[in-house]
Amino acid sequence: MSSGFRSLSRAMLLGFVRDRTALFFTILFPLMFLVLFGGLLKNQGVSRSKVIEVGPVAVIDQVPADAKRELGKLLDVTKMTDRAKALDAVRKGDYEAAVEQQGDRVMVHYSAADQVRAGTVRSVFDQLVQQTNLAAAGTPPRLSLDAQQVEDKSLKTIQFVTPGLLGWAIATGATFGAAMTLVTWREKKILRRLRLSPVRISSVVSARVGVSVGVALLQTAIFLGVASLPSFGLKLSNYWWMSLPVILVGTFAFLSIGLVAGAWAKTQESANVIAQLVVLPMAFLSGSFFPLDSAPKWLQAVAEIFPLRHLNQAMLDVMVRGKGPASVLPEMGILAGFAIVLTLLATRLFRWDDV
Amino acid sequence: MGSTITVRGLHKSYESLKAVDGVSFDVEAGEFFGILGPNGAGKTTTLEIVEGLRKPDAGAVELFGESPWPRNPALLPRIGVQLQASSFFERLTAREQIHTFASLYGVGAKKADEMLELVGLTDKADVRAEKLSGGQMQRLSIACALVHDPELVFLDEPTAALDPQARRNLWDLLRAINTQGRTIVLTTHYMDEAEILCDRVAIMDHGRILQSGSPAELVRGLDTPTRISIETGAIAVDEARRLFQGAEVDDDGVSLTLVTRTPAPVLAALAERNALRGLSVRGATLEDVFLNLTGREYRA
Repeated sequence: MSSGFRSLSRAMLLGFVRDRTALFFTILFPLMFLVLFGGLLKNQGVSRSKVIEVGPVAVIDQVPADAKRELGKLLDVTKMTDRAKALDAVRKGDYEAAVEQQGDRVMVHYSAADQVRAGTVRSVFDQLVQQTNLAAAGTPPRLSLDAQQVEDKSLKTIQFVTPGLLGWAIATGATFGAAMTLVTWREKKILRRLRLSPVRISSVVSARVGVSVGVALLQTAIFLGVASLPSFGLKLSNYWWMSLPVILVGTFAFLSIGLVAGAWAKTQESANVIAQLVVLPMAFLSGSFFPLDSAPKWLQAVAEIFPLRHLNQAMLDVMVRGKGPASVLPEMGILAGFAIVLTLLATRLFRWDDV
Repeated sequence: MGSTITVRGLHKSYESLKAVDGVSFDVEAGEFFGILGPNGAGKTTTLEIVEGLRKPDAGAVELFGESPWPRNPALLPRIGVQLQASSFFERLTAREQIHTFASLYGVGAKKADEMLELVGLTDKADVRAEKLSGGQMQRLSIACALVHDPELVFLDEPTAALDPQARRNLWDLLRAINTQGRTIVLTTHYMDEAEILCDRVAIMDHGRILQSGSPAELVRGLDTPTRISIETGAIAVDEARRLFQGAEVDDDGVSLTLVTRTPAPVLAALAERNALRGLSVRGATLEDVFLNLTGREYRA
C-alpha cells in the first residue's frame, strides 16, 4: 500500500466525517426511515379486527385453547349483551362486526365502511362455521385456524425494511461519494494538483473505492445493530454474512453510477441533481421503501435494470429469507457487470479539468 | 548540462483561437523567471503546457532535459506547482493539507510541519483551510508546493487578491526560496512584482512573446523621458521654462513637473537654486514597457 493511497483515503474519510450533510443523508436519514417503518408499522402485518360477541356465541366459545390463540391474532372479541347497542357501535365504525348466534344460525353484522376488514371477519366466521359443521358431521372435532398474512409469511415489517433501506443508504452513500469527490476535486483543481504529483492514478481510485466500501460496511453495521434491538426485533438468517460480499459488489455498482455522474456533471450542484435523480427513483422502483410484489409486471420488469433492485433482492435472500450463499451469485454477477460497464463509460467521459 | 527549461516553438489552438502561437524561451537553473501579459494573453496555457498538464499542438518542452508530456512520473518529484489558492481538500486543517501533500511525495510529517513554520502558519495549523484568510491560503498553497523540496517551482499569480502587507511578506518568502537555488517560474500581471522579483521576464500578448529580458534592460530599452517633480512654488514656472528649454514643464498647483531626457543637468540646476523641496524622480517602469507593448485597450 502506497503512502499516497493511505493519505488520500484519510483525507477523504476526514472530509466525509466532517461533512454533517453527508453524514445525515447517508446514515441518519435512512436510519430515521428504519425507525419509522420498523417502529410505527410494527403491528401492521396482521392487524386485529374488533368484533362484538352479542350474548353467547358457541362457535367462538367452543374453540379449543390453541386455536383460540390463533384466533386472537385475528379478532379482538368484546362481549356485549345489548344487541341494539352493539349494532350501533358497528354502524359508528368503533367495531368491525357484531356476531350473534341463535341456535344453529350464526349471524355476522358488519359495516361496509371498511370492506377489507369486513371481508376478513366474514371469512373467519365462514371458516369457523364450516369447521364446526365438519365436526358435527362426525369427523374428529379438530378446529384449527391457521392465521397467516397472505404476502410473504417470513417477512415481518422489520425483516423487509432493513435490507431495503440499507440498500438505499448504501446507494446514496456510494453514488454521492464518488460523484462529489470527482466534481469537487476537479472544480477545486485538486485532480490537477494530484496529476502533477507522483501519486499513481490507481492509488487515487482505490482510495475512493476503499473509503466508500468502508462507509457501506459502517452503514451495514449500524443498520443491523439498530434493527436487531429488541424493540425492532430483526432476526438474521444463518447466511446473513453472505450479504457482505453482496454489499461489496453493490457498492462498486453505485460507485460506478457516481463516477459517470461526476464525470458528466460540470458543477457540484448538477452532480448533486443527477445523482439524486438516479438514486431516488431507483430506490422506489427497487423496493427499498415498499415491496414491489403488488406492482404491475411491466414495472417490475423495468426495475430489473436498477442495481439496487438486485442488491435488495440478494440481501433479502441471504439476510432474512435464509437462502443459501450460492443463491445470490447471479445477483452478484449482475451487479459486477453493471459496475464494469459504467466504469468503462466513466473512463471515457473522464476529464481532469473543466476545459 | 542544458537549461532547466527549454521551450521551442509552442503552438496551441482552441478551435479558432490561437492561445499560444509560437512561444520559445529558456530558463536557467536558479533563475527567477516571470511571464507577464494581460488576461487572455496565453500565459496560463503556456505554463500548463510547460508543467505537462496539456499537450501542445506543435513544439517541444523539456524540463531537466525530459519531456513533461505524457505524464512523466520521474519528473514530477522535481517540480513543485502552486495552483490557485482554493486547491485544497475540503474540511481539512492546514496541517492535514500539508501532511497529505507531503505524503504524496513520500515526505514525512516532520518536514511538513517545518514547511508550515517557514510560511508562518504554525499557529493556524489546526484551522481548516477554507477558514484561512486569502494571504494565509496563498502561503499554505505555496508551502504545499514546496514541501518536497522541488528544484523547479511554478507559481501562477501567487499574489492575486492579496493586501499590500501579505504581498510584501510573500515576496520575501519567494526571494528566500529563490536564494536557496531553486528555479522559479511565475506568472503575474503585477508589474511591480515582476520588477522586484524576477531576474528575467517575458512579456506575452496574443499568444506570442513580445519581448524578454531583465526588467532593467527592458525599461532602458524603452528610452522614455524622466519625470522630475518638485513642490509648486519651489521655483517659478516661467523661470523653469526659461532654464530648461528642452523640457516639458507643467504645474498642476500641487507639483511642478519637468519631463526631460537629460535629467542630470536639470537636477543640478534645481539643486543650485535650492529648489528640491518635495523632489521625486520617476523613470520609466516595467509597467510602461508593458503598456507600450500591449496597448491600453481593455482585455477580457
